[in-house]
Amino acid sequence: MAEQTFPWLTAMIVVPLVGAAVLWALPRGARRHARAVAVAVSLVVLALGVAATLAFDTAQAATHQLTEQAAWIPALGVSYALGVDGVGLSLVLLSVVLVPLVLLAAWREHPDAALADGELDPAEATAGDVAGDRIRRYMALVLVLEAFMVAIFAARDVFLFYVLFEAMLIPVYFMIGAFGGLQRRYAAVKFLLFSLAGGLVMLAGVIALYLQGPGGPDGFLVENLVGAEMSTTTERLIFLAFFLAFAIKAPMWPVHTWLPDAAEQAPAGTNVLLVGVLDKVGTFGMLTLCLPLFPEASRWAAPVIIVLAVISILYGALLAIGQADLMRLIAYTSVSHFGFIVLGIFAFTSVSIQGASFYMVNHGLSTGALFLLAGFLVARRGSQRIADFGGLQKVVPVLAGTFLVAGLSALSLPGLSTFVSEFLVLVGTYASNRPAAVVATLGVVLAALYVLWTYQKVFTGPVRPELAATVDLSAREKWVVGPLIAAMLVLGFYPAPALDLVREPAQTSLTQVGVDDPQATQVASTTISEDGSDQ
Amino acid sequence: MTTLPAALPAAAGEMAHAVPAEGVFTSAWLLVALPLLGAAVLLLAGRRSDRWGHWLGVLASASSFVVGAVLLVAMLGLPAEERVQDLHLFDWITAGAFELAAGLRVDPLSLAFVLLVTFVGTLIHVYSVAYMEHDRDRRRFFSYLNLFVAAMLLLVLADSYVLLFVGWEGVGLASYLLIGFWNHEMPNSVAAKKAFVANRVGDIGMLVAIMILFAAFGATDFETVFSLTEGANEGLLTAAGLMLLLAATGKSAQFPLQSWLGDAMAGPTPVSALIHAATMVTAGVYLVVRSAPVYAGAPTALLVVAIIGAFTLLFGAIVGTAKDDIKKTLAASTMSQIGYMMLAAGLGPIGYAFAIFHLITHGFFKAGMFLGAGSVMHGMSDDVDMRRFGGLSRVMKITWLTFAAGWLAILGLPPFSGFWSKDKIIESAFATADAQGWQPWVFGTVALVGAGITAFYMSRLFFMTFHGERRWTDGHGGAGSSDLPVRHPHESPVLMVGPMVVLAVGSVALGGVLALGNGFVTWLEPVTGHAEHHEPVLPVPVIMAATIVLVLVGAFLAWRQYAASPVAVVPPRGSALTRAARRDLYQDDVNEALLMRPGQYLTRSLVYGDRHVVDGAATGLARVVAGSGELVRRVQNGYVRSYAATMVAGVVVLVAVVLAFRI
Repeated sequence: MAEQTFPWLTAMIVVPLVGAAVLWALPRGARRHARAVAVAVSLVVLALGVAATLAFDTAQAATHQLTEQAAWIPALGVSYALGVDGVGLSLVLLSVVLVPLVLLAAWREHPDAALADGELDPAEATAGDVAGDRIRRYMALVLVLEAFMVAIFAARDVFLFYVLFEAMLIPVYFMIGAFGGLQRRYAAVKFLLFSLAGGLVMLAGVIALYLQGPGGPDGFLVENLVGAEMSTTTERLIFLAFFLAFAIKAPMWPVHTWLPDAAEQAPAGTNVLLVGVLDKVGTFGMLTLCLPLFPEASRWAAPVIIVLAVISILYGALLAIGQADLMRLIAYTSVSHFGFIVLGIFAFTSVSIQGASFYMVNHGLSTGALFLLAGFLVARRGSQRIADFGGLQKVVPVLAGTFLVAGLSALSLPGLSTFVSEFLVLVGTYASNRPAAVVATLGVVLAALYVLWTYQKVFTGPVRPELAATVDLSAREKWVVGPLIAAMLVLGFYPAPALDLVREPAQTSLTQVGVDDPQATQVASTTISEDGSDQ
Repeated sequence: MTTLPAALPAAAGEMAHAVPAEGVFTSAWLLVALPLLGAAVLLLAGRRSDRWGHWLGVLASASSFVVGAVLLVAMLGLPAEERVQDLHLFDWITAGAFELAAGLRVDPLSLAFVLLVTFVGTLIHVYSVAYMEHDRDRRRFFSYLNLFVAAMLLLVLADSYVLLFVGWEGVGLASYLLIGFWNHEMPNSVAAKKAFVANRVGDIGMLVAIMILFAAFGATDFETVFSLTEGANEGLLTAAGLMLLLAATGKSAQFPLQSWLGDAMAGPTPVSALIHAATMVTAGVYLVVRSAPVYAGAPTALLVVAIIGAFTLLFGAIVGTAKDDIKKTLAASTMSQIGYMMLAAGLGPIGYAFAIFHLITHGFFKAGMFLGAGSVMHGMSDDVDMRRFGGLSRVMKITWLTFAAGWLAILGLPPFSGFWSKDKIIESAFATADAQGWQPWVFGTVALVGAGITAFYMSRLFFMTFHGERRWTDGHGGAGSSDLPVRHPHESPVLMVGPMVVLAVGSVALGGVLALGNGFVTWLEPVTGHAEHHEPVLPVPVIMAATIVLVLVGAFLAWRQYAASPVAVVPPRGSALTRAARRDLYQDDVNEALLMRPGQYLTRSLVYGDRHVVDGAATGLARVVAGSGELVRRVQNGYVRSYAATMVAGVVVLVAVVLAFRI
């Protein structure tokens, strides 16, 4: 691996933080330009992300690259260690792609008239919009969050990971609690409560893990902790501590209930980042911390986790069908989708893990697009109750068409990228756990129901009189959803660039957890596994 | 992989191995790309292309036909063992043990479909130019039609089950969009959704079948899978075969997933003709025939295919006898005719070729009749109730004559197209491989009786529409006719009539042409294999004569009741069977009682439970874990400071513990 020359990852953390500080400190007279500054900063980060990707060697995607390391609290063995493998990089990319779109979506055409603080009565606020000078502060928070997102997907030190895991909650707390709907405070506190509970349990796990590890100046580095000697019981307990925190974040049934409340109250952009990216920290943690650190415990818990994942898939989908609120509905669909991701990870096949890794990216694209479009709808109607819509396809065909495409991607229509990942999860899982794969396939029908039912109620039927003058997507809004839809289509027909990033890491995860890939049952054994097993 | 098959000359009549595509066959991707491009341009250009969009749509479909025709000529010049050509496009999904390239398989089977889809498709595009003339969204209609053609061609050309599935869902999407084309009326929107969801139930079968095949063979492309099925575990192949059948029942409206097809008639009539009669709904038959090597090792699955086909054949025919809606009668008929094809496919190698043969002739005569129905509706103010038609043969001469061609074809009277294909199916049904058992008698009798019922309901439709007395008035009728609807029927414009005439020619002659020298069956042999001859349990002339007699009886009964005697404008109460048939033999009631109601209860109780039980428990637990008393109360007051404090406290604890143990 070539010597690291430019600290790409640190740059992607520092730039948005500086940008946020600038936004915060912007003198009153210059606040008109706040939105432009924010978008510009996010575009710089995006450019850095692209450059970092070019510097990344896909052939070595399983090894951490773009690494940086500096002692942070040497006395404790804590280091500022960054680096990404293919999975981390793809999630970093997802983050830096979504942030500019979220900022652009929050951009209101005429905020200047409403520059005065607190001009918008919170009672009138819906999850769709953020108005007035509040946009500036909102955008600053988004940039802070971006820095944390990049950092956590790149953290190679468990202590650093934990600190970021907790620190991310702060901007999100404000993004829900200060900019949301009527019940925003309740939702924000609930979000915090759940995250906090998970975080505390994980804290116990982190401490216990460190005590089992080699200690020393780099005692918290993941690579030094892998293979730590510990008793089976200890390993299982620490695994559970980590897993619980990740399951809450992901969110999995039955600890998912904070998400619908948060999503109902939060502005659309917050939901995009919360559900599209932040929740991936949960599944990312399962994949990159749980499996390598606790292989025995992972194998031990897998049967139960698979059951929980399958329940999440069906339960989330059924609950989505029963929702009356657009944002809650999308949140529940994500519970279902996260079920697929977790299923893929714990099915322990190269195909399913790779599918799950790719799924994380695709879910960000499709749910991101759905939340953004739902936000546009809500901003137009001033309500997010599904029953308040009807017949919009005739009035706003472009909004309707893009919403349908995003919805089709949520139901994993072949030809869109989500299909490739969901398909790989299912096919991979079948090889190791047939009943789970077959039952999970029922989710395919339920997904069709929740997507098409929503489309039917919102966009078809006679036009509601109060919606007859609704305006279609503006050019800005088209630029927000256009890239996401293009990405879904391109990756649907040509997923190779994304799959290449996660292929080697999936293989490595499998080796780390100590499971052999299942072989085709009806083919005379032509090739014995290429490498000797890791025993 | 690439060198092996070409070197082995396939014995005459054996299924051929694929050879890498060469020459003109390397441009087969254009078949899919051209209509896809048309759809994309029309969708992206939006209203700017309103004025010329429909012609672009026609052009895209027609050029695809031209490519198909060129490929046909090229393939006719090849020896049989080189007629299966695989074209590698690009590496599509490479994930761990799963490796799949996107590729096309051009062979006699896919090419037959290509020509059917693009030829009939182009005619229907032309027809739609006039039919949709007054719709302000005509351009969008054409973009969906093009999308459909592209997806359908991908479905039949794909060289793997996964790529086939892309086309499979693509046609489902196009069908959804087109059934719901007028979705500002809620019933249309609901019908579109119903079709998609029923298909998705079938898709479970497709997905599970792919999983089974991949877990067993480590591949999903036809070439690899089919080379490994021989000698594979029978239980496994049976499971795969049944799952593929489930997929087929969804797409092809076969029992038990048939209920969406009648509602799908909510779409504009050209859509019903193209998608819900001639092409898409026959994709299930294609899937079964394409999967012949899988079924070869799974006789039980194949038997189930035949049973499903036979059952649906009667189901659709019975429903067809009672419908008064001209389109729904045709839809029931489509279901029944596809039942014939399924039955034939379920007979195995002796039936595969006839299943496809009937599929092709049916594509022509059924599309022709649907276009005829559209023409009638066009002239009758979009009415579909046959009880208010009657005597239209005088005012719509061309529609009447072209429809008559389709009618005679579906009746299966010689020498019309349907005779050549359907009669062969009936004959084969009497000749199943298991000649000693019950099968030939049951399947043969069902097919035979079905022919009689078909003759009855199709003649009923034909006489009710075109003959008998007029149950409408042109407004000049004077007193006494005032309670009849006022209609001004007229022949349709040439853009509509033209395609109808072409399809009528096909209905008359195509079957005979393809049957010349057993040509079509021989053409398909590289795909279906050569069938050994089985002697039917009854002599062939007896079967043929019985069929013709039953058909004539059916037609005569219909004539007596609907042409020679007056037809009530208000439907009579009818027998219990009639009432059941009118309600599609209670298919929707059954679905509602078994699936929808319980589903609603389940969803509602889960929503309640989530809020009151799961949420309560989880939140309570989180509270306990996150600490109690003062801390939580302050957090709940919304002071994030206290949160930050907890976080810092957490870090402090972490640091403290680490220090404590280090020292």
